[in-house]
Amino acid sequence: MIVSVILWFLAILLAPFFAAVILKVKAFFGGKKGPPLLIHYYTMIKLFQKGSVYSTSSTFIFKLGPVVSLCTAAMALMFLPVAGYRPLLSFHGDVIFILYLLGLGRFFTIAAAMDTASPFEGMGAAREAYFSIICEATFFMILILFFKLTGSLSLADYLSGSGPLGLWQTAGSPLLFVIIAFFIVLLSENSRVPVDDPATHLELTMIHEVMVLDHSGPDFGFIELGAYCKLFFYSAIVSRLLAPLNPGNPVLTGCLFIAALLVVYAAVGVTESVMARYKMDKVPKFILTSFVLAFFATVITLEFLK
Amino acid sequence: MKTVFKQIANGKAIALDIIPHLAFDEFAQEVITIVRQGGKIVHYFAYADGGAVKLMAVLRTDKLLLAAGCDAPESYPAFSAQCEPFHLFEREMAEQFGIKPEGHPWLKMVRYHANSRGLPDVFGNNYSHDIPGNYDYFAVEGPEIHEVAVGPVHAGVIEPGHFRFNCIGERVLHLEIQLGYQHRGVEDLMCNADVKRLPVITEGIAGDTAIGNSLCMAQAFEGLASLRPDAGARIIRTIALELERIANHLGDLGALSGDVAFLPAANYFGRMRGDFLNMTLLLCGNRFGKGLVRPGGVCFPMTDEDRKTLTERIKELKPQVEHVIDLLFSTISVLSRFESCGKVSRPDAEKLGLVGPAARACGISYDTRRSFPTEHYPLLDILENVELAGDVHARARLRAQEVLQSISIIQSLLKDSVKTECVVSGSFNPAPSSFVVTINEAWRGELSHCVLTDAAGKILRYKIKDPSFHNWNGLAMALRDTGISDFPLNNKSFNLSYCGFDL
Repeated sequence: MIVSVILWFLAILLAPFFAAVILKVKAFFGGKKGPPLLIHYYTMIKLFQKGSVYSTSSTFIFKLGPVVSLCTAAMALMFLPVAGYRPLLSFHGDVIFILYLLGLGRFFTIAAAMDTASPFEGMGAAREAYFSIICEATFFMILILFFKLTGSLSLADYLSGSGPLGLWQTAGSPLLFVIIAFFIVLLSENSRVPVDDPATHLELTMIHEVMVLDHSGPDFGFIELGAYCKLFFYSAIVSRLLAPLNPGNPVLTGCLFIAALLVVYAAVGVTESVMARYKMDKVPKFILTSFVLAFFATVITLEFLK
Repeated sequence: MKTVFKQIANGKAIALDIIPHLAFDEFAQEVITIVRQGGKIVHYFAYADGGAVKLMAVLRTDKLLLAAGCDAPESYPAFSAQCEPFHLFEREMAEQFGIKPEGHPWLKMVRYHANSRGLPDVFGNNYSHDIPGNYDYFAVEGPEIHEVAVGPVHAGVIEPGHFRFNCIGERVLHLEIQLGYQHRGVEDLMCNADVKRLPVITEGIAGDTAIGNSLCMAQAFEGLASLRPDAGARIIRTIALELERIANHLGDLGALSGDVAFLPAANYFGRMRGDFLNMTLLLCGNRFGKGLVRPGGVCFPMTDEDRKTLTERIKELKPQVEHVIDLLFSTISVLSRFESCGKVSRPDAEKLGLVGPAARACGISYDTRRSFPTEHYPLLDILENVELAGDVHARARLRAQEVLQSISIIQSLLKDSVKTECVVSGSFNPAPSSFVVTINEAWRGELSHCVLTDAAGKILRYKIKDPSFHNWNGLAMALRDTGISDFPLNNKSFNLSYCGFDL
């Protein structure tokens, strides 16, 4: 239990660090030095020292958005088996709970964006709501497969315990599809290239970024921290699927987990560096690809690997 | 072409009374006929001569420059109603001199300022309110229509301009662009300032076109004051203009890559833009070429040592430029963003009177460097550069080609040593009662200055026309039926000047 609490804390604490790895990878491809690896901590400290500015036309919903989005992301991490250890919370059906927990965070972000009545934010909210619906379809398709493989609806059973899902099992090859599908969901849920561009300053092209334009100071800090947690949550799942290793030695387990995590974060960075983002109307097709992959994996598993 | 218009030459001053002064009806009929037959408008403006207000039109084909004038009426049936290319010129004239074009399809202010004659405002403004004053933006109605207003203060460090999108979902039905936030009254300033200040003011018309504008101004006064820059000065100016073109095109290619989130090209182009700006720095001590061009020649010589340094730097940079251009145009995800995005058809481009790379991307091959060459260009062989698609890809591709072309031009010019007598005195006396038009291919396209002097040799009217004056409407047209999230991409592919337009 204590280990689970410590790991949960560590996950939140280290999430900003891992996000900076992406910046380093991007800088490498761009022929630059890039910001320091602790950049997100510096930014966060700066943001928390500031005051927040609120428009007179916005209501308490606007102030609620950042807090709820951080809380839901942090709560989702409670269900995450970090490095294969039992998570803080776990129950039958928790995957669906997590899914809608993150959905709740998104709902409040969108509501806060709409509360500003800015045409930009409404536009971003519409995009975010649309794209995440398609992600949900992929998510459920993956759940069907996982339920079939493990007979459980709990994240902890998928990624930790005695028999976590792994590439070398009978369902290993379809799992490769699932990993790719999940990576696509990761990219789109965390507003990365090629779906969104976290580095742009152009409001008209933004998806996630534009919804939080009016938040400032600590509020913006909450949003940022929430985003890092969310990215960590998705990356950790992908990395566990990639390398579900439990050598027994806690240090070795931790190192392996971190190495796998770094691979996933670096993969995000590489993706962002080698390709341009998609035209907005091609994004749904891209996300649907993940659904197709998951669907394919499920069909193969259900039909041929009985 | 048979016409009563007087044929003139680029940069040659002529006496004002040689230019035919027609009756208004004849003038109107003649300009409309010429433009309808494919002529283009270089200038069409009003000026006050003594107590009278007169009109002047400078038209062109791909070979000829024509000019004629007439007395200005208080109001007249708008030319735009039957011939679209006059549209913005008539609005400008209505704003500057209160001459009302009756039945103008879209009589809207251009830069938002009161007219110079103190007449009642054509647009019903009293200028006590901010832009847009007494003007309702275009509105599209319907249950699913939404309007997005961007600017005039933007997220990036760019100039102010207001963009209003009428959208259905992600699709733009109409984009209305409102400028004028940077109106400084440059044209009036040029009339009243001391001749020594003119070059400095000109360099500030549009900071990214400092060389282009100062070339136009210098050539105008060389024509008016019978100054003749030596061959060396002409070569240095040509190199400077091409360096300006390369730096800006590279910067925009980088910005285009950045807009589609393709990082490597964005970073490399950004760095190379700096490298080329630094070459201009080597020429004159200013990265944007300020202080280099003056009427009569240049202020800085190019020593053999400079020439050697420039040659070496270009030799080193050229393969890098080629490599990154290759990288950009061979990345599939970039191509899928560029291709078929923001198309402007050739007929639309003709009607809007697009110039420069924006027009050449639509298949209009007009290039001032070939049609009305100045400086060293008559001795250079400038190849025709055209793309046909009219989309972002065509505009990007064309700019990439122009960069490579300009690099070869500079390389050929650096082969022989350049000798020039630097300009020392900034003083000159323009000929009285004269008229001169200068046209140059600045990096955005045809840039033109037109100067009229009075009987005392004082500047009567200084008219500046930035290529952006034509091309802003091209951007609005490109956005029709395009996704709103592709606006920044289209905007960068044109990269038009705000202050060059606002004057």
